[in-house]
Amino acid sequence: MADTLEVKELDQVVVRFSGDSGDGMQLAGNIFSTISATVGNSISTFPDYPADIRAPQGSLTGVSGFQVHIGADQVFTPGDQCDVLVAMNAAALKTQYRFAKPGAAIIIDTDSFGPKDLEKAQFKTEDYLGEMGIDPDRVIACPLTTMVKDCLAESGMDVKSILKCRNMFALGLVCWLFSRDLDIAFNFLREKFAKKPEVAEANIRVIQAGYDYGHNTHSSVANVYRIETTHKVPGRYMDITGNKATAYGFIAAAEKAGLKLYLGSYPITPATDVLHELSKHKSLGVTTVQCEDEIAGCASAVGASFAGALGVTSTSGPGICLKSEAMNLAVIMELPLVVLDVQRGGPATGLPTKSEQTDLLQVLFGRNGESPMPVMAAISPTDCFDAAYEASKMALEHMTPVVLLTDAFVANGSGAFRLPNLEDYPAIRPPYVPEELKGSWTPYMRAENGTRYWAIPGREGFEHILGGLEKDDKTGAISTNPENHDLMTRKRAQKIANIPVPDLEVLGDKDDAELLIVGFGGTYGHLRAAMEEMRQKGHKVAMAQFRYINPLPKNTAEVMRRYPKVVVAEQNMGQLAAWLRMKVDGFVPYQYNEVKGQPFQTSELVASFSKLVNS
Amino acid sequence: MFTAQDYKKGQPRWCPGCGDHFFLASLHKAMAEIGVAPYDTAVISGIGCSSRLPHYMATYGMNTIHGRAAAIATGCKVANPRLTVWQVSGDGDGLAIGGNHFIHANRRNIDLNMILLNNRIYGLTKGQYSPTSPRGFVSKSSPYGTVEDPFRPAELCFGARGHFFARAVATDAPGTIDILKAAYAHKGSSVCEILQNCVIFNNGTHDSVYSKEGRAKNAIYVQHGKPLVFGENNEYGLVQEGFGLKVVEIVKDGYTLDDVLVHDAHCEDNTLQLKLALMGDGDGFPIALGVIRDVEAPTYNDAVEAQIEEVKAKKPYHTFAELLETNDIWEVK
Repeated sequence: MADTLEVKELDQVVVRFSGDSGDGMQLAGNIFSTISATVGNSISTFPDYPADIRAPQGSLTGVSGFQVHIGADQVFTPGDQCDVLVAMNAAALKTQYRFAKPGAAIIIDTDSFGPKDLEKAQFKTEDYLGEMGIDPDRVIACPLTTMVKDCLAESGMDVKSILKCRNMFALGLVCWLFSRDLDIAFNFLREKFAKKPEVAEANIRVIQAGYDYGHNTHSSVANVYRIETTHKVPGRYMDITGNKATAYGFIAAAEKAGLKLYLGSYPITPATDVLHELSKHKSLGVTTVQCEDEIAGCASAVGASFAGALGVTSTSGPGICLKSEAMNLAVIMELPLVVLDVQRGGPATGLPTKSEQTDLLQVLFGRNGESPMPVMAAISPTDCFDAAYEASKMALEHMTPVVLLTDAFVANGSGAFRLPNLEDYPAIRPPYVPEELKGSWTPYMRAENGTRYWAIPGREGFEHILGGLEKDDKTGAISTNPENHDLMTRKRAQKIANIPVPDLEVLGDKDDAELLIVGFGGTYGHLRAAMEEMRQKGHKVAMAQFRYINPLPKNTAEVMRRYPKVVVAEQNMGQLAAWLRMKVDGFVPYQYNEVKGQPFQTSELVASFSKLVNS
Repeated sequence: MFTAQDYKKGQPRWCPGCGDHFFLASLHKAMAEIGVAPYDTAVISGIGCSSRLPHYMATYGMNTIHGRAAAIATGCKVANPRLTVWQVSGDGDGLAIGGNHFIHANRRNIDLNMILLNNRIYGLTKGQYSPTSPRGFVSKSSPYGTVEDPFRPAELCFGARGHFFARAVATDAPGTIDILKAAYAHKGSSVCEILQNCVIFNNGTHDSVYSKEGRAKNAIYVQHGKPLVFGENNEYGLVQEGFGLKVVEIVKDGYTLDDVLVHDAHCEDNTLQLKLALMGDGDGFPIALGVIRDVEAPTYNDAVEAQIEEVKAKKPYHTFAELLETNDIWEVK
């Protein structure tokens, strides 16, 4: 009876949708997070999808998941383990149950637990719940497929199309669990399927059916959750993924600089969505070229920069290897270029859909010769916007390639994004060669901060030839003079060292922390959550997350030396730690390294850091 | 108005007698005749002897990295279509390390004037066989002869759906200038193969056509709409026989001028153009010089611009602020 149902008030909850890759779990998860964001909850999402293009239906390798973390207060991560697990088939239950908290509610489609399904999922008996040690009281076992078929029996749709709506039934059920307003979902679907109203209506009917099913059978579930909103920063918001925010950052920077945005790219997981997003926005003059390979993606962006555009290339790990040569060309030609590396598991093809931070040393050092290059790392999905904007500004104003690191976790995750006002963003002023230098200008003449001037083709009197060969500092002609090469090498290094970056910010107990947690980029949310949890337990802990990695913030050494213990936590074998040890004399931090292709688990961080504090 | 002098810069460092000297002089002259200002011109090369060329141009330009000239030129042209872009490569730069970019620039039909200086050797690295060296070619890296077949540039260009292919001999200034002007006039990617001698590592590779006398005997200048005749007194002609071509001596062999094929560079079907382009490999046929294929087709850069205009007209958002508004937005007060 709905009236007597106890609504459990949680300040945050994690829901994981899982099923076959073709089951539409991502869409269900997206709609659910949109509804939650609309009522003012904080959200953070994380898709976990298989590398196989389409593994056999019902197989263990074909399971994909989508985790949504919603909270009344700020949420920093998609959550470690879920409070509700939706498992659309036996394989999903088998592989995803380990992500469920003890006591989590589990929704399953009993129609997908037949003998064949169980065999594919490698269950030994028909008592699959018993085999996994799941308390049946926590399970909403529902003949979901049958009900979806019944629900749409009169619709005239074919069976295949009907089965595609299964995800909406699960969504309806979850919406019931969290007292979500279905109208928001209905509007979302009507907009998404504006050109196919019959599809929208079918989905809507199924959501309603799922919701009603939950309502009618609630007695089988112990807990029902509701999230109330307590924390809000006023403003207008949208839901945004890291990749989309990155694309938006590039668009914003190009507009602010008054330049054309050119993206040269080659499809690669998990960076491709940036290419997709930018390809859509031709009405803003964005030019995207899907190139023949990674090399051409980067090389064409260098050509575009030479021609006077903001040249950008996007990729992931293996692509960076291929782009290195053209990145180096931009180093010696001193042209602006932004290289986006959405890091994934390596080496080689590695774990294409999983997240790591293992490209740091590659982007810092992975080129021939002395090749200084600024490196930045975005710390959250919404921060990708600012990071992309800043990377573009840095490239354009300092005439250098800049690497922007994100990772699969940040790129595919999403958060509530407060709409930025471009007027609040700093101007972007590339060092265009002043007209009065006409006649005396040579290509490597520098402004006061050591930056080479930019002369864009089409300007009379500034014709010049750049290239990959070393040039004479004064004349700009090819030079193999030893003194000149030494000088040019130093000038290129000094130019990068001169780039101003903000000081490293310390959060938490900055004055009296026993332990400083240090990380970079996408681990921000988990490290911060771990720090907050430790402080709640009474520890004195601070944290510092690097966004600027080269050049490092000026106060880096001071901050690293300020605390009795420092732990550098990263999703690699110690690359940031190595960089900091190189840059900070005598600095020997503790290290927390994990290379599992999965985001950190806050609980594991807390356990490990607590040991450090207590040792 | 510009003169050849306006495009000239510096003192070329190629070996005395290198075919690149001849080509460079023709390029300067052709550019002056074309009349695009040096500041609206970009010359982009890769790496190799011939790729030094931009350093001798008073235009904008880049001497980039090995093999990537076509890719870099692509970005340059698409980002700034107002520029006239010349892309210069040798046979190693363009067809070995840069082969992928070469075929895709042709397939996309980007408005680049692509120069392929073909001396069938790696000169800068001192004499290794190149992808255009003939089978059995003896070089430092093939002391017993190569065991691989070469690329024939025209075949690669046509295979990549190229719409323009022309050929000239470096020492033949008028012939070179003619095809450069035609390449400029052609909208889309235009490949100009320049037969060029390396005096040090592959001397004599194009001997049969390198001199005027040689060309009179061993080459045929093809011209659109003109009969395919050659020889010192145009006494020979090409006729079609079965699926192939045949050299005939007009009158003597019982053929009249009316029997001789008339060149059609504008023909969409490239079958006969390819046959012309592949002639002269010691097969009793003359080497074809001039514009072999010149077919109009939509260019990539025009299509990119047109699509942007089309979408601009269709979509209601044109600024970043307007783009933001296209999302599902909620307000927190």
